[in-house]
Amino acid sequence: MTGGITSPGAGWRQADRGPATQRSTGRKRRRGRGRHRGEVAMVDDVEFTSYYGRQIVKTPVWKSPDVPLYLFLGGAAGSSAILGALADLTDRPTLTRVSRLTAGGGSILSVAYLIHDLGRPERFLHMLRVLKPTSPLSVGTYILAPFSAAAGATAAVELLGWFPRLKRFGGVVGAVFGGPLATYTGVLLANTAVPSWHMAHTQLPYVFGGSAMAAGGGITMAFTPVEEAGPARKMAIAGAAIELAAMHKVETDHGLLSEPFHEGRPGALMRAAQVCTAAGATLTVVAGRRRWGAVASGTLLAAGSLLTRFGVFEAGIASTKDPKYVVIPQKERLAARQQEHADTTTR
Amino acid sequence: MTISSASPAFTGRGGGREKFQNRLFGPLPDVTAEAGYEEQHPKRVGFFTDTSVCIGCKACEVACKEWNTLPMDDSHGVRDALGDLSGMSYDNTGQLGANSWRHVAFIEQSRAVDLPMPTFGRPGDDRAGSGASPAVAGDDVSLANAQQSVLNAEALSEFDPQTGQTGADKQIRWLMSSDVCKHCTHAGCLDVCPTGALFRTEYGTVVVQGDICNGCGYCVAACPYGVIDQRKDDGRVFKCTMCYDRLTDGLQPACATACPTQSIQFGDLDELQERADARLATLKAQGVETARLYGRDENDGVGGDGAFFLLLDEPEVYGLPPDPIVTTRDLPAMWKAAGKAAAMMIGVAVTAVLGSRRR
Repeated sequence: MTGGITSPGAGWRQADRGPATQRSTGRKRRRGRGRHRGEVAMVDDVEFTSYYGRQIVKTPVWKSPDVPLYLFLGGAAGSSAILGALADLTDRPTLTRVSRLTAGGGSILSVAYLIHDLGRPERFLHMLRVLKPTSPLSVGTYILAPFSAAAGATAAVELLGWFPRLKRFGGVVGAVFGGPLATYTGVLLANTAVPSWHMAHTQLPYVFGGSAMAAGGGITMAFTPVEEAGPARKMAIAGAAIELAAMHKVETDHGLLSEPFHEGRPGALMRAAQVCTAAGATLTVVAGRRRWGAVASGTLLAAGSLLTRFGVFEAGIASTKDPKYVVIPQKERLAARQQEHADTTTR
Repeated sequence: MTISSASPAFTGRGGGREKFQNRLFGPLPDVTAEAGYEEQHPKRVGFFTDTSVCIGCKACEVACKEWNTLPMDDSHGVRDALGDLSGMSYDNTGQLGANSWRHVAFIEQSRAVDLPMPTFGRPGDDRAGSGASPAVAGDDVSLANAQQSVLNAEALSEFDPQTGQTGADKQIRWLMSSDVCKHCTHAGCLDVCPTGALFRTEYGTVVVQGDICNGCGYCVAACPYGVIDQRKDDGRVFKCTMCYDRLTDGLQPACATACPTQSIQFGDLDELQERADARLATLKAQGVETARLYGRDENDGVGGDGAFFLLLDEPEVYGLPPDPIVTTRDLPAMWKAAGKAAAMMIGVAVTAVLGSRRR
């Protein structure tokens, strides 16, 4: 092999030497922390080549706000369904009712957003002609379909006041599918060639799971009398803590690929999300037992969760638009593999 | 036929310990059988694109557009728009997409050369009054040699038609490469398609069924090469089919048929691989040190490509990813994380409920 990251083989350079074709990252990688990927990765000002600065992977055609809203609503509905079933079993009627209505409403809306995002919405049912474990969207369809049927029906009979036993059964079915619904969306985003989503593939499910509990707990706590909303408050606080901790790992663990989470619009969204979530969790602890405190902190937590979804979504989109996020990590991966190969053969 | 739209991971041929090996990544000797064509099936076919003999004529692009009746698009894939000229050498196709299934890349490069020439005086001063200079005559001879046989590798290395001289100390060369869908052994688009619209054909290629696709767009995000794309006005996705219709009638794909220099070679994949190895060895032996095969290695991140390339520079120079990996290689780890995260949610909710005083 001739040439490394910085020198193309045999001294050939782009003739026009334009900044778009051959350029360095031009920025100190300030957020990379020393203990991660110590070797080649942390070189400042990495020079790399691309085809006229063109992006390599395609930008997802998923629409905003459809997909971020789907992620948010699915998450809030999923965690509410779990809370609702448990509240029902422990005899908390108002919390049960609020949770069921949140789960039902969220699930129906999320289905609507998911279908609206399709290029051919009228062909939504084609999703049900196969089940493919290699396709998170296929698996997700088989999570969302029973969940929205159960949660939607439960919410409907809750409103109408019919069939109390059926209500409990529907609530339990919803609770079974609620967790997977909230966390599979992390896999949905991560199982792509989008650099900044894929690199966080074991972390995004936790981010989204935590975010779902913060949102579901926040919404139900805002609509439930404070004396009955203890479980919602506790779930919201734990969810917010998990969301913040997991998101912190996503934002700092991956060197260059964490960069889109800090810059531009996605960066602003992520910072706003952190502020909302942290403030919401703190306010829940301090004033969650007062009416106004429950409403304010619940709103903040839901807003934080929503902003997290938008921030993660847009950071991934941004990472597809610059070839450096594809070229530099892949070159480093190749170099590391060659180094490893050299090490084992000379040993 | 849903079986052929399944990933090899779950068709589970073979038995025992090997049953689940290399189903999500790694070498797969008979990808067609893995896709469910258990009885006799044609051999896996592919493209070998030898960019060292590409002349950038774009006959492949035109043939592809004509045969597949692809609509016009500009260099950003916008349909029926002329758009701005790209300013990217001779390339106004810009990229592969829903409406461009072949894309010829043009890269103009220069390098400094160390030539035994006088460093004083203006160029041409030394041949004033002496008629044609020997240097020019020499160039004519080598040019004639080169023109005699473009495919003659020896002539290529001595006088690369893509290499010229400008000034005293600088060489210029053009790299041209016709890019296409790679028809991966482990195709990310095929793995993630939730409707089964994408399927593996009996030839081992990957094709979209337009009447099934519901435009979810997952394949667009999953392709590590950025090949497949959605037509905005139509909603569905489109990509190279390796001329599936022509193959079933015993014809070659349109691009390979139209290529005047045999830069695009179509055939049985194993035969093409042998041919490519031989071609690489020839070029290496003649000192073309930057030549390398791309997508040939069955141990790469996608299990090797059905359409692979001989390149003269790093892949990213041509707009190709240096080390593509099929995203589903990491899917087991992702499902595990999602399962644990879902269990965590139940655990947190149970703790929250049990830890609260009742009313």
